[in-house]
Amino acid sequence: MRTVGGGVDLGVGIRAVKGEAVGYAYAESLELDSMLRAATTAGQIARAGRRKRVSVERRRVRAMYRPTLEVVDMDGADCVALLRRADKAARKVSRKIVRVDASLAAVHKEVLVASSDGAIVFDEQPMVRMGVSAAARAKGRTEQGSSGGGGRFGLEYFDAHTPESHGEEAARVALVNLDSREAPAGTMPVVLANGDSGILLHEAVGHGLEADFNRKETSNYTGQIGEPVASPLVTVVDAPRIGGERGSINVDDEGVVPSSHRLIVNGKLRRYLYDKISAKHFGVEPTGSGRRQSFRHVPMPRMSNTYMEAGEDAPEDIIRSVKRGIYAVRFSGGQVNISNGDFVFSLTEGYLIEDGKVTAPLKGANLIGNGPDALGTVSMVGSDFRLSDGMWTCGKDGQSVPVGVGMPTVKLDQLTVGGTAVGS
Amino acid sequence: MSGPSRATKGRLDLLEEAAMRALECASALGLDHAEVSASEGESLEVNVRQGAADLVKESRSRGIGMRIVHDGRVATSATTDLGVEAVQAFVASLADMVRFSEEDPLALPPSPREQTGAWDDLDLYDPKTARIGPKRAISMATRAEKAAFKQDRRITSSEGAGFSRTIGFSVLATSGGFVGRNFGSNQYLVAHVVADDEGGKKRNGHYWSGGRHFDLIGSPEAVGREAAARACRAIGSRKMATGVYPVVFDKEAAGTILGLLGSCIMGDRIYREQSYLAARLKDAVASPLVTVIDDPRIPRGPGTRPYDAEGRRTRKNKIVTKGVLDGFLLDTYSARKLEMKPTGSAAGGGGVPHPTSSNFYMKAGRQKPASLLKGIDKGLYVTNMMGFGFDAMTGNFSRGAGGLLIESGELTTPVGEITISRNLDEILKGIEAVANDLEFRTSVAAPSFRVDQMTISGN
Repeated sequence: MRTVGGGVDLGVGIRAVKGEAVGYAYAESLELDSMLRAATTAGQIARAGRRKRVSVERRRVRAMYRPTLEVVDMDGADCVALLRRADKAARKVSRKIVRVDASLAAVHKEVLVASSDGAIVFDEQPMVRMGVSAAARAKGRTEQGSSGGGGRFGLEYFDAHTPESHGEEAARVALVNLDSREAPAGTMPVVLANGDSGILLHEAVGHGLEADFNRKETSNYTGQIGEPVASPLVTVVDAPRIGGERGSINVDDEGVVPSSHRLIVNGKLRRYLYDKISAKHFGVEPTGSGRRQSFRHVPMPRMSNTYMEAGEDAPEDIIRSVKRGIYAVRFSGGQVNISNGDFVFSLTEGYLIEDGKVTAPLKGANLIGNGPDALGTVSMVGSDFRLSDGMWTCGKDGQSVPVGVGMPTVKLDQLTVGGTAVGS
Repeated sequence: MSGPSRATKGRLDLLEEAAMRALECASALGLDHAEVSASEGESLEVNVRQGAADLVKESRSRGIGMRIVHDGRVATSATTDLGVEAVQAFVASLADMVRFSEEDPLALPPSPREQTGAWDDLDLYDPKTARIGPKRAISMATRAEKAAFKQDRRITSSEGAGFSRTIGFSVLATSGGFVGRNFGSNQYLVAHVVADDEGGKKRNGHYWSGGRHFDLIGSPEAVGREAAARACRAIGSRKMATGVYPVVFDKEAAGTILGLLGSCIMGDRIYREQSYLAARLKDAVASPLVTVIDDPRIPRGPGTRPYDAEGRRTRKNKIVTKGVLDGFLLDTYSARKLEMKPTGSAAGGGGVPHPTSSNFYMKAGRQKPASLLKGIDKGLYVTNMMGFGFDAMTGNFSRGAGGLLIESGELTTPVGEITISRNLDEILKGIEAVANDLEFRTSVAAPSFRVDQMTISGN
């Protein structure tokens, strides 16, 4: 047990909005003086405005997540025990496992959002996350594997996802990677495994559907509502109210109670993700997507749990349909260029598909493509939809928020694989 | 420049008082060792889009971070509440937490004689910075954005242009008696504009200027024009054919590659054997054209620091000399683990210290950047990369890239939506020409360089 840490953070952020312009300031205390100073600073942007008395009303939200015992309230020794279980399980998998790092982080967050358009809403947002990484060594070669998960849960998270399961999974991936070979380079069919692959959706289309980029006309989806932007097999949902998923919220940071929205239906773009400012711009209702990292940050449209709905194909049939391609299972992260939809994401567990069978494991490679182009080549969608176990954090404009992703097994007819083996 | 003004001195005095109070609490509780970092900052951020300000954000923050080591056990915490009773409760909670960690004799802080008593003024603070108000900031950003639109008709939309500034003051105090006082400023002007391409595609370009001193921002118009030029340069980007080609990295992309090397020479990665360079000291790890230095003492440098997070005097460290790996960057803990001497590279004061680079750079060569293209029949000139495809443990590298095609020694058409891949060890050994265009604009900086070959995955 190397280090133990903790901390308490408290403050208030004040946003003044005039048209589409925002004034923002925060105070790291709830004393009236500092709050008033922040309010005055934030208000500068709307100095010409009139004085007006507003009344706000307490609104209750239905809680989607109710942990029994939050991990922040647990005895330290019990937290240590969870980590030891993960560590022990990973080492037990093989003698080749030479190093295991395990971490446990938990947050209890309370937010109160009061807005001059009438609502005052309170929410408690628990979060737990376990991460395990393992290194395996054989014949002078060292490779890594990792596993992690969590969400807006308490201790009960570990009933369904034991520390042992994360330890074993990290060790398994490290061992697989010991036998990995150079990934091919070039354009080929790619089968995305269910679960984690949702990160592709998050990068390839999700960000481009955040309404701020479309209001500013800097997204490649600007002006595309009603237009086909993906294969007719593709339906994409943003669902902020799924139990304790990592991206779930009872209320967004503008005080709006969010609900599930289908963003793309049978390949056609239906709607963006709106915060209040962009909803007003487009003359629609906000989707409850105004999120911020903390009181120190301005809310903006963000995804919650974003996934592709299941299709009708059996996963085995999808793999069987590929003569030569890639089976992509685990990813370490991705990035998108909002303006043109080009995305990259990094594979940490992937295999070659040869003659309809999953064969050799591949060294980490990037998959690169363009959102609309790639989703246009979706030719099969599996019936095996799965949410990824919660470990994703999404970054935008320097702000990090927890998100969820999910995906059924999906076949893309064409995607560029950035390996090193040419023509093999 | 002269020493701190009276106002600056006053702020540092208050922080020092807060840090000392926390140390006294620790001592009253009988804790063996404590390190406190007290800091205070102020910032202004504005953004202008289509000629109108759409964000004005001002913030002030203040807080302390504290690490205690008791019976060789470590705990850390941070708080923004500096009231006397709050600090007492804060230190008491740390003392309570520490029992859950395990004894590790290597975790002890350095002995007071290893810490520095004096340090130089490295010109990190510009008194002008704090005087830039929202009006002036908005005006600079407006000029930058306007210049971008004026530069080229193909610029059709904008994420806007922004100005941000921060000033920060910090005091590091340890139970061993070290007290360090540091302060600095930063300011940036950035423009981010979008050009329309065929088929509804958009191309974006951004550029920034700035640094520790206000004068480094230069002309707002120049920032806007460069952003526009970068967006327009990418219009008509196409994939290129999959294959193995020579690759030239412009200085920004080269800096990104150098940063990967930086992540592989940190002491914590080395003792955990999470770096492909862990067992390679004194080995050839790059071409003889490559010399890499970490220098925390460059006046006005973006990564400059007079003392490190454990109170050691910082010093210039040679990392790679003519291709040979000369050393790692070490904090106290990693140095003890590796039985080496610490290099004064600790960051994270008041938390768990870890080694970091400061001003980490590759020495410039003699060639003009344009001469790197000479003799390349067909290759890629990389101006931007995306994604995170790098594994420090194996050195495997694969990233999305964009730039321009090189044909017969000349830059021709724009290229995008491809990946470039090769192991970092081979990339660094494959560097066959280094240009003379090194700039210390960022804390990791490299001149443009040419790599003999990389795998490009396109169509």
